[in-house]
Amino acid sequence: MSDWTRVWPQLVEATGETLYMVGVSALLTVLLGIPLGILLTVTAPGALTPQPLLNRFLGLVVNLGRSLPFIILLFLVAPVTRGIVGTTIGSTAAIVPLTIGAVPFLARLVETSLREVAPGKVEAAMSMGARRRDVVRTVLLPEARPSLIAGITVTVVALISYSAMAGAVGGGGLGDFAIRFGYQQFRTDITLLTVVLLLGIVQALQWAGDHWARRLAHV
Amino acid sequence: MIDLHDVRKVFPARRRSGEVVAVDGVTLQVEAGEFAGVVGPSGSGKSTLVRLVNLLERPTSGSVTVDGRVLTDLPDDQVRQARRSIGMVFQHFELLDSRTAAGNVEHPLELAGVGRAERRRRAVELLDLVGLGERADAHPGQLSGGQKQRVAIARALAVRPKVLLCDEATSALDQASTTGVLELLRRVRSELGLTVLLITHEMAVVKAVCDSAVLLERGRVVDSGRLSEVLTREHSPLSDALLPAPLADAGAGHSGVLLRVTVTDRTPETVVLQTLIGQLGLAVEVAGGSVETVAGGRYGRLLLRATGDLSRLDGALRGLRDDGVLIEAVPRDTDAVAATGAGR
Repeated sequence: MSDWTRVWPQLVEATGETLYMVGVSALLTVLLGIPLGILLTVTAPGALTPQPLLNRFLGLVVNLGRSLPFIILLFLVAPVTRGIVGTTIGSTAAIVPLTIGAVPFLARLVETSLREVAPGKVEAAMSMGARRRDVVRTVLLPEARPSLIAGITVTVVALISYSAMAGAVGGGGLGDFAIRFGYQQFRTDITLLTVVLLLGIVQALQWAGDHWARRLAHV
Repeated sequence: MIDLHDVRKVFPARRRSGEVVAVDGVTLQVEAGEFAGVVGPSGSGKSTLVRLVNLLERPTSGSVTVDGRVLTDLPDDQVRQARRSIGMVFQHFELLDSRTAAGNVEHPLELAGVGRAERRRRAVELLDLVGLGERADAHPGQLSGGQKQRVAIARALAVRPKVLLCDEATSALDQASTTGVLELLRRVRSELGLTVLLITHEMAVVKAVCDSAVLLERGRVVDSGRLSEVLTREHSPLSDALLPAPLADAGAGHSGVLLRVTVTDRTPETVVLQTLIGQLGLAVEVAGGSVETVAGGRYGRLLLRATGDLSRLDGALRGLRDDGVLIEAVPRDTDAVAATGAGR
């Protein structure tokens, strides 16, 4: 099994690439997806600041982002990627489509979480003289926190599976590794190893997310 | 302290329902320091009415004045400021699960820009006031319904409001917790000199704590007044709701005469019994009714059946009425109905 010494460093590198792609795009997704989700929630009819036109527009953009299969999106946003990163090849370039794909996904989850906060709590805050932004900051976000964390966990797990596809455009990572070494060289053991590794990462993430959410839920 | 003038609230038509007139021209005043109740069946517009006081709902027309400020004339940002002098307590408490009891009490102080140390000090002080000083660090999920409502009351009092609005504050509580919360409300009212407007569908709550009451039906004020005065009225929708009259047919089919007596502190039933038994020599039995303590006084409605020589009764009744006793003979037509029923 001398080839393991050849494969091993590649596996480590691929794992590093996956963690890098998923880590950075997860961070960007949270930074963009949560505000977008808040905007979707508060501009809805009957919500804090109803803006029917803006709401419909945002809803359309989000649905567009969510209805495109990720593999299509990957090629579709290539010009954008080139504009931002300078190239469409490599892990850093993969971060752009990953983020664009995950932001609408998270935004919808955030919207659902925020909508589940009892309207009476919002009303109570208004009766205390809260401004709308106070309501978002002190009521909606803290009350929805356990559910928001669950949403972020689901999104990051989805990002891991998306990132495997990014391998197809030279993004590297575990998906790319599994295709090159496992599939194309008929090495089922390598494919299985990659799967186990991915499963381990997903399990760890899910466990951490659940644990964190449970600690914050005082119900 | 609270002054509503010809307030109307119309909710525009929705896809499935037409326009809804929730509050239809209500005028009412609550004096400073008064504990006022608004009662009415569900759907009568009570909850909308209380939300008009702090402009959680903007009235379609009419004016709302609280503590001398015409809220309906103020722009939104000043309405928000004004809301800080109006505390509000809700049926389902509406505490934030993400905060401890103390954190919930601190919330309005935080919104008002009070510093951290001062907030904490005030929260502890308020939780002591409502008898939950020990549970400052408990989360709402760890508290009973009655305790949650106490925390909510502490929260409503945090910014030292002059007015406290209670929207069905005891409707989600069991009997023991209801009594506790009502006692607390009365106590904070007198200790802090608050004006309280309480919305409820339970007459028992009004009788337990209110000085005055308004009866609302289909968005309109049907009857109102101070309880001590309303309860001495023989016939009014509010007094009938507060002290249900005993059924007139309780004596149907019997001989004698049925008398309905409204008992008050000034005219206790002893006067009536003294006259009927002592002077007229009639036999008197209680056919129905109840007497209870409301707003510190004794009030009730009794249905008496008097038998014997009734020849001097009319004169005696006139004399009692002249002395201010609220007594009347129940018309015999209920007997007539019972008689035809029996003859069939």
